[in-house]
Amino acid sequence: MPIAFPFSAIVGQDEMKQSLLVAAVDPTIGGVLVFGDRGTGKSTAIRGLAALLPKMRAVLGCAYSCDPAADAGALCAECRERANKGGVPKTHSVPVPVVDLPLGATEDRVIGALDLERALTQGEKAFEPGLLARAHRGFLYIDEVNLLEDHLVDALLDVAASGENLVEREGLSLRHPARFVLVGSGNPEEGELRPQLLDRFGLSVEVKTPGDLPTRVKVVRLRDEFERDPAAFVAKWKRKDGKIRHQLESARKALSTVEVPDLALEQAAMLCMALGTDGLRGELTLIRASRALAALEGATVVGITHLRRVSAPALRHRLRRDPLDESGSTVRVQRAVEELFPA
Amino acid sequence: MTPSTTPGIETLISPWDDVALAAALFAVDPAGTGGVALRALAGPVRDHWLALARGLLPTECPRLKIPLHVSVSRLLGGMDLAATLQSGRPVAERGLLAQADGGMVELSMAERLEGATTAYLTAVLDAGEVVLERDGIAARTASRFGVIALDEGVGEDEQLPAPLLDRLAFHLDLSRFAMRDLPKEAPWGTGEVLAARARLGNVKIADEMVETLCGAALALGIASIRGSLLAIRIARAAAALAGRDQVIEEDVAVAARLVLAPRATRLPAGEPSPEEEEPDQPGEDEEPPEQPDEDGQGDEDTGGEDRPLEEMVLEAAQAAMPRDMLDRLRQGAARRARSRSPGKAGALQQASLRGRPIGARRGDPGPGVRLNVVETLRAAAPWQVIRRREQPAGDRVKRVEVRRDDFRVTRFKHRAETTTIFAVDASGSSALHRLAEAKGAIELLLASCYVRRDRVALIAFRGQSAELLLPPTRSLVRAKRSLASLPGGGGTPLAAGIDVSLLLADAVQRRGGTPTIVLLTDGRANVARDGQGGRARASEEALVAARLVRAADIRALLVDTSPHPQPKARELAEAMGATYLPLPYADARVLSSAVQAATG
Repeated sequence: MPIAFPFSAIVGQDEMKQSLLVAAVDPTIGGVLVFGDRGTGKSTAIRGLAALLPKMRAVLGCAYSCDPAADAGALCAECRERANKGGVPKTHSVPVPVVDLPLGATEDRVIGALDLERALTQGEKAFEPGLLARAHRGFLYIDEVNLLEDHLVDALLDVAASGENLVEREGLSLRHPARFVLVGSGNPEEGELRPQLLDRFGLSVEVKTPGDLPTRVKVVRLRDEFERDPAAFVAKWKRKDGKIRHQLESARKALSTVEVPDLALEQAAMLCMALGTDGLRGELTLIRASRALAALEGATVVGITHLRRVSAPALRHRLRRDPLDESGSTVRVQRAVEELFPA
Repeated sequence: MTPSTTPGIETLISPWDDVALAAALFAVDPAGTGGVALRALAGPVRDHWLALARGLLPTECPRLKIPLHVSVSRLLGGMDLAATLQSGRPVAERGLLAQADGGMVELSMAERLEGATTAYLTAVLDAGEVVLERDGIAARTASRFGVIALDEGVGEDEQLPAPLLDRLAFHLDLSRFAMRDLPKEAPWGTGEVLAARARLGNVKIADEMVETLCGAALALGIASIRGSLLAIRIARAAAALAGRDQVIEEDVAVAARLVLAPRATRLPAGEPSPEEEEPDQPGEDEEPPEQPDEDGQGDEDTGGEDRPLEEMVLEAAQAAMPRDMLDRLRQGAARRARSRSPGKAGALQQASLRGRPIGARRGDPGPGVRLNVVETLRAAAPWQVIRRREQPAGDRVKRVEVRRDDFRVTRFKHRAETTTIFAVDASGSSALHRLAEAKGAIELLLASCYVRRDRVALIAFRGQSAELLLPPTRSLVRAKRSLASLPGGGGTPLAAGIDVSLLLADAVQRRGGTPTIVLLTDGRANVARDGQGGRARASEEALVAARLVRAADIRALLVDTSPHPQPKARELAEAMGATYLPLPYADARVLSSAVQAATG
């Protein structure tokens, strides 16, 4: 795999970086959608994040990298059986999977299918896990997500909601856990996203090409330096990347202890009401994202600053569309935040 | 050859030299340059340039051609069926993009490239590897190559897909050259290219030059930051080709002419704009401790003594722009930028199949039902052991025995996509109002219908002709941008409006979609097809055009926009076989719900 551009060397694009980190701290937030101009480093950021994620413990030899600490419901059939018998699995430390779902992928590779090789050579009926299995406990990344073929979107929607992949094909009948953070990127000019898919993303980020010269020069210079000697460049930024990795690790540990005061819950509800977002998912995401942000910054209590900063990514894709309102959804969220909680 | 157009550059360079230089720079670093968008009709000039580019590329580099109809499995790779059946185990086949590593691919008729194919290609260009997850095969193959995208487009509407164009350093237009203009000998040989390849890694570029190129890109209205990045790579390659280890002004000028000029969306303002001298943004990332010191002060210098260099670069870029482009930019760049968004080939259409695959079923292949090879193999696989045992001992053992029962076919759910074509009478005084409402209706429809994956297009007719303002699109963002400014006023060339709508409807049908024409007019035609005035003839022609719509059996809705319902409009609706809907005060919401009701 080619060397990834270091996450910490990405200039600007603070909302995108913050959202990716927030989603990495709390996978239940439901992933990030990054939509925006061409050449703004959308996939660069995601590959950079993959490179700095802390490792995780997984059951040795398990095709789904089951979590040895998980309860039986979240385990694959094999690991569950062992757990039920009271066995203690051997574990090892593995990188968090960041799995690419490339355009042009076929359904059998995404969902998993009959292992053709074993079937042809040994006449055995075995399951060959697909991308959804590989992404379990990690990230599933779809570049140009708005160009993804419909039947793959269908397969994805169900799994992303249930955290479980149900396979019924070629005489195979099985289920395995598939909990992953969905990360998508795309350019809105190439087409819209199906609302059901949009809804699966916890956070949505809009990225724009920086318009000011100093930032642009900095972006170009760093990129140029990286291209000329990727290994040296990565080494140079190792410490900064390490700092972020450390920040992620401590945030994950601290997450459950971060306090969410009633005031924050109230404020989140007020904001969602003012914006007329449907359902409770908006509120829930807002709270979870605020808590993850607080954890990232080492705060012990969620405050209004956290809420303010995650409100746009948590809510902008949940507003009812009113195309006759020229101001975009970002502006609408910001306006509501300013009115309710003036700085 | 045209020294008068290149003031301020020391060395006067003729346009063909620049085009040839692009071929040489491409050969020096095919993957780094991304490649070349080559706009030219097929012919000796294009062949000449291609021969030059291919010839300069070192012999061991692969040179592949990719036809427009390439299948996904050939492009990216997949299962090698022959080898699989032969050996009795799945064998992967390398796709063209993986084979191209280290060399170049030539895309024929790239202006007609489909959204999906473009996306596969750009994904490989960005990642430097082919990520394959197809037909039971998962593989990652590193592959870096340059693209020569042959663009035979005519006119502004036919262009390379924007995502591809953005990644190619050179946008060359060969249409202004004739064979007799071309020199017999190329100024560079493979020797120079090889030497430049060896030198390229060590070529240095001063920070002020990087700043200059970024500043010039901004001044020329080049939004994508890839433009600046590519310009720097080209400046480096130019220095390497000239045998230098350091980028000098001349190389920066080459980058300005070849990379920045064709991307310009506006002419630089006479004076430096205030934003350009703004200090560093607050809230910027803190500098990393390992970062060399010059960063902070470098930003401050931008306004000062770099100015002359930047001026020189801008002049070089401007001098490289053809006359018509300069004129267009002077009139305002919006139009050009707009037509650069993905063309009519737009969003995803599966390469060779229509509708949505609804899985593989047991059955025989036939028209409209295709054999799904991999699924067929999967079905046959579990039985192989038994079938081998059943084979009479004397026979030659078949590696894989596939029986008719194993056949699996892919079926496609054919839900034709609806395209609603708004044809709006933009004549006279109420034109702006009608257009504004049509625009509002389009946006509402896009917002509410995109669930059903429908498209919307807009045609306006006024004065002497009809114009396609918004090609069929599903993107609200794109529609908004296209509809930002709308022309109005003048006569009513109703027949022309209906003709253009019918043409578009026909094109939609041929792509497998279902068109609906929504005609907004008061039915009072007064301009005939040839642009001449005259109410009687114009009306007659409009009726003839309308009958063609009926004959083509295209669903239509006629919205009568006049304050009092007009018999003429009703007559026209009947001729078209259209639903007649008098809506004197149609606003965007009423209109969109009427259209939704009519199109179901």
